[in-house]
Amino acid sequence: MAKTTLDFKGLSCPMPIMKLAAAVKKGASGDLFEVVSDDAGFEPDIIAWAKETGHPMSKITKVGKDITVTITKK
Amino acid sequence: MTTDAVQEKIKEIEGRLEKVEANRSNLTLVLFSGDFDKAMAAFIIANGALAMGKEVTIFVTFWGLDVIKKPSMTGAGKNFLEKMVTMMRPKGTAHLPTSKMNFAGIGPKLFHYMMGKKNITTLQNLVDTSIEFGVKIVACQMSMDVMGIKREDLIDGIEFGGVAAFLGSSFNSTTSLFI
Repeated sequence: MAKTTLDFKGLSCPMPIMKLAAAVKKGASGDLFEVVSDDAGFEPDIIAWAKETGHPMSKITKVGKDITVTITKK
Repeated sequence: MTTDAVQEKIKEIEGRLEKVEANRSNLTLVLFSGDFDKAMAAFIIANGALAMGKEVTIFVTFWGLDVIKKPSMTGAGKNFLEKMVTMMRPKGTAHLPTSKMNFAGIGPKLFHYMMGKKNITTLQNLVDTSIEFGVKIVACQMSMDVMGIKREDLIDGIEFGGVAAFLGSSFNSTTSLFI
């Protein structure tokens, strides 16, 4: 169970979702991906993405502009 | 109903359910416009769907073909009118006009500058990423013929087809958009 931190600060839609999808695709089942984004649209995006793809998602934490969430590859 | 008939019915329903579930995974776009802003929208939606694990087909027709032209495309081997059209239309993502505020080509430069400052990905990058993720691009053979566009004038790794190719893909999609 590897844990990867993905810093997507400064990237706009659709890149955070694209890069996360690419990273998750390469990983193994059970791997953790901690994602940080400061894109204002990231929160609804990640919720929709996780729901659609079925990868479990942790609670979203927000500090200032930064939105952090951990995805577990199903 | 006999047990066999029930079994048969279950099998039939399972088959239909499988088809419905498989169809959920598709998105079909028609890229008719060669405008920079509309092509951006098309490829952002395509990339988003690919990131969500969907199969995406983009049927590219008429002005949309400008987006997938090789910048090196020339009028060689084309007749007079085809040469004119080749000369007058943009080739590839770099010189597309915007649908609003084009101002004879100044508008797109302004938008590129503003988007660059806000670190928004380029249209070319979106096209390349979608290809990496396995998008299926189908160029409309009929509109290519009309404008004298040859297969080698368009980017590599794409397919060619007609209206049935689009409809076949669209009928298997839950979402089809005309851009």
